[in-house]
Formats: sequence, structure tokens, C-alpha cells
Amino acid sequence: MFKKLHDDGAERVTVTIDGREARVPAGETVAAAALIHGLQPFRTSAVSGAPRAPYCMMGVCFDCLVEIDGTPNRQACQVRVAEGMAIRRQDGAGETAP
Amino acid sequence: MTARHELAVIGAGPAGLAAAATAAELGLKVALFDDQPAPGGQIYRGVERTPLADPAVLGDDYRRGADLAEAFRASGAAYHPSCGVWLLTPERELGLLDNGQARFVTAGRVIIAGGAMERPVPFPGWTLPGVMTAGAGQILLKSAGMVPGKGVVLAGTGPLLLLLAAQYLRAGVQIAALLDMTPPSNALRALPHLPAALSAFGTLAKGLALKREIHRAGVRVVKGVTSLRALGEARLEAVAYEAGGREQRLDSELLLVHFGVIPESNTTRSLGIRHLWDSRQLCWRPVADAWGNTGAEGFAVAGDGAGIGGALAAEYAGRLAALEAARALGRIDAAERDRSAAPVRAALAKERRVRPFLDVLFQPAPELISQLADDTVVCRCEEVTAGQIREAVGQGCTGPNQLKSFTRCGMGPCQGRQCGTTVSQLIGHTLGRPVEEIGAYRIRPPLKPIGLTQLAALDGEGEAAA
Repeated sequence: MFKKLHDDGAERVTVTIDGREARVPAGETVAAAALIHGLQPFRTSAVSGAPRAPYCMMGVCFDCLVEIDGTPNRQACQVRVAEGMAIRRQDGAGETAP
Repeated sequence: MTARHELAVIGAGPAGLAAAATAAELGLKVALFDDQPAPGGQIYRGVERTPLADPAVLGDDYRRGADLAEAFRASGAAYHPSCGVWLLTPERELGLLDNGQARFVTAGRVIIAGGAMERPVPFPGWTLPGVMTAGAGQILLKSAGMVPGKGVVLAGTGPLLLLLAAQYLRAGVQIAALLDMTPPSNALRALPHLPAALSAFGTLAKGLALKREIHRAGVRVVKGVTSLRALGEARLEAVAYEAGGREQRLDSELLLVHFGVIPESNTTRSLGIRHLWDSRQLCWRPVADAWGNTGAEGFAVAGDGAGIGGALAAEYAGRLAALEAARALGRIDAAERDRSAAPVRAALAKERRVRPFLDVLFQPAPELISQLADDTVVCRCEEVTAGQIREAVGQGCTGPNQLKSFTRCGMGPCQGRQCGTTVSQLIGHTLGRPVEEIGAYRIRPPLKPIGLTQLAALDGEGEAAA
């Protein structure tokens, strides 16, 4: 869906996205990193289980909710990546993720 | 102990940066709180540290944000990034989520500069992965140097759509189509506002230059587009629409939509500030005087959160609100405030003269709301459809707050930000009554979801316990 215009030479950190390791620019949002690395969808909706992914990227739609380091319902577009961060797709409301 | 500031500024976009810098230069003890990690807001996002090798891609206007950020950094105002506000009380207590830690501060005065958000307009398939706003696309460009891989479709109406198209073209991105959903009748309706707008000729010239740039690049621009639909199962596969009376279809994995911007009004609403329905901008805005003062004692609003005026107008409004804060807190008298304000007010008035023309020229079609298909999702969080809302109205539901108990519409994590404006308009249309009579969702704290563990970590003094 998206690609990088160029390698900006930024410092990298290692995160896992649904268990797969990825080297991503430090300071980037979880949403940007996960979009580039193909997390698809980010979550399934709480009511019907429909697939969802980032929509607004500015913190007002809450459709980019993922599980970060074991905590569900984190806004991927508002959280910066950090070394060792574990990012996971979220199922439904996120409370009973297996 | 709870920290006390003379002036708290919420938001680090053009209004907030200008307000904080101006107030600090007048000797006020200022603290600025912003949920983003760096100054700039959305319009100047990433302005201090762009990931782009060639920042010229973003255009000249973007650079003004760098000057604003620099002046703010040098002003002595305390800066609290990654610090969202989840509670405001009439006593001017602010509940903060500061880098994930809850704490409270109090302030003598507060300037709310929360800015705008893109107008959410429901259409079939708008919740599919691969459908995003044009603003989202621009944020990814500004903050992460990311562009669409191939065949992006842009659709909707408004200056941002044209600007994004031009920025993508400068970055070498191939655009499959630009679907212009601006109602053709808008141009004629906007015409009476053109003479006033000509005084801001620069703004109009920039708009025309963007159109020429898009035309010269050979982008397929389709006029008079209606009935936009996003098709796909797990993700976007194609975009369907009508143009010239014919059904069209484009295969695509990314659709970026835009229907203008509206004030993000949850913050001002949570204080019980009165809001007016702006029938030209088709959105709610808080009632405020010429300094930004609202009905809530000590609270002012500045920038697009007080009504859409654009980045320059926001900057000027921020300076005016800061001058008024300095007067209210005894740093300057009314005469000095007025003297300092005069050139700012003149610049603001000039900037605002172009708005009525732009507002009408890019007004989204009323049919986007009135003709919403019954099975289209309006509330993205609780997945409530237009049909369910009409049905609730048919059963006697008279307003947005009642609708919550009928359907749970507006009760999800976005707290009505995505459906609120649509719901007020749709109920109004269904009942045949004006939107201002219908009202809007009551907004209660927390303004952003906050975890119980974060709340529990607060001690009695409002500081996070060690």
C-alpha cells in the first residue's frame, strides 16, 4: 500500500510485528512502521469482526488499535516505536485476545 | 503538589505555538501541552525534523511552521510533548496523560488550540483497510517519508486534496485518478464571495497553481463524481463511482478521501461551552468573542478549533488570545493589548476575507448525508448504520444523546468524533428540522481513553505516586 520515498538514514530499532522481526526508524509511529511491514488488517472490529486499519493517522478515529507489549487498545498512530517493542494485531475488543 | 501555571496552552499547531511564544515573551509563565512528540500540529507536522531528502516537495507554506517552532522554542515557554489532555474542569484543572503517566496541573488561564480534523463523511466501504483520509496520507509523507506504492485514487473535495496531489506528483508518485466530488453548482454559489476573496489574491493564485500543476502532470481528473463506493472483502480492491451518468470502476489498493476540515470540538464541548452550527462550513464551532474568550471563565479558543480559517489565521488568533491572557493576568493593560493587537487583527481580517468563497466553493454535497444508503455504517466504532439511525428517529428518538441509548451510536472509543457531525445532520434531515435544533453529543471526560492502572497511579495530590 505504501513505500518509503528513500532510506532516510535514520537510526533503527528492532521491533516484532505479529512475531516477525523488523528494523524500523527510531521515532516513527507504530502505525507507519506496521503499514510498511504489511500488518493487514491492524485489528478486527469489536461488533462484527470486520477488518480495520489506520484511517485518520491523527488520533481521532481509533481504528488503528493494536496490542503493544501485551496491552490492547493502543493507538498505533500515537505511539512511537521502541527497541524490543512487540506489536500484535488485535482481535475484537482486545480484552479476551487468546 | 499539583503544579500551577499562569497560562496553559493546549496544542502545538500554529495557534498554540504562536499563543505560547507571544505570552512567554510578555513575561507569562506558560506551559504548552501537546499529544504529539514534536511541535507543528498536523499542518506543520514533522517540521523540525523532516524525513524527506527534498523538503521542497511539501511546498513553501510548510516552511513558515519552522519559524513558528523556532520562535516557540526560544520563547521560554515550558514544552510538554507527548502529553495529552483527558480532563478539563471549570476550575481550570487539567488532567494530563504525560508520556503515559497521569497527572494534574492547574492554570490561571487556558488557551485551547486543539485544531481541526478531517470531516468524516460515510460512504459504502469507508471502513475497509486501504481507505484512509488525504490528511492521513499527508501525515505519512511528512512524518515518515511514505508515499502510495502504486495507483492511488484520491477522491472528495477541498484544497488539501489538490495540495496532496501536487505533493505526491513532486515526489514522483503515480496517481491513478483524482475523483472530484465538488458539486458543479458550487462555483456559481461561491461567485458573490469572490470580490472579497480577491483581497487575498495570493491564496487564490496558489490554488490555481496547484490545479495547473496537476493538469500538466496529466493526472486523470474526473469531475462531478457521485456515489463513491469502496469495494473489497478483507481490504480495498476497487473504487466505484458515478460520473456523467455512467457507472465507473477502478482497481486500487489505496483510496484517500477528503471532504474539508472541521473543528475538533470534543475538548470545548466537555466544558459546556455553547457551540453554533456554522451553515457555511457545515460544522459546529464554539462561541467566542474577538479575543477567543468563551463562556467558560478563563478559557479561550484559538485557531481552527474555533472555526476553520487556515494556518495563518490560526497563528494570528493565537497571538490575540495570548495578548488577552496577558491583560487578564495583569501583565499589560487594555490599551497596550489593543495597540499590540491592531496589526495582528488587520492581518487576520485579511486572511479571513477569502474564507466565505473557499467555504462555498468546496462545500460537500448535502446529498452525501441526506442520501446516505441505509446499510452504510455511520458510527465506525459501534457499527451503527444510517438505516438504524433513521429507524431510531422513526421510533421517537429526537436527538444525538437519545440515539446513544437507542443504538450505542457514538459510544465507542472515538467518543463520537467520527459520527457526531453526520448524526446531527442526519437526524435533522430525517425530521425536517435545522441542525442547530437537533444539537450534538454531550461530551464527558475522559476526552481520551485512559487506563484504570494509569488513574490508580495518581496519589491524592494529583501526582503520579512513585
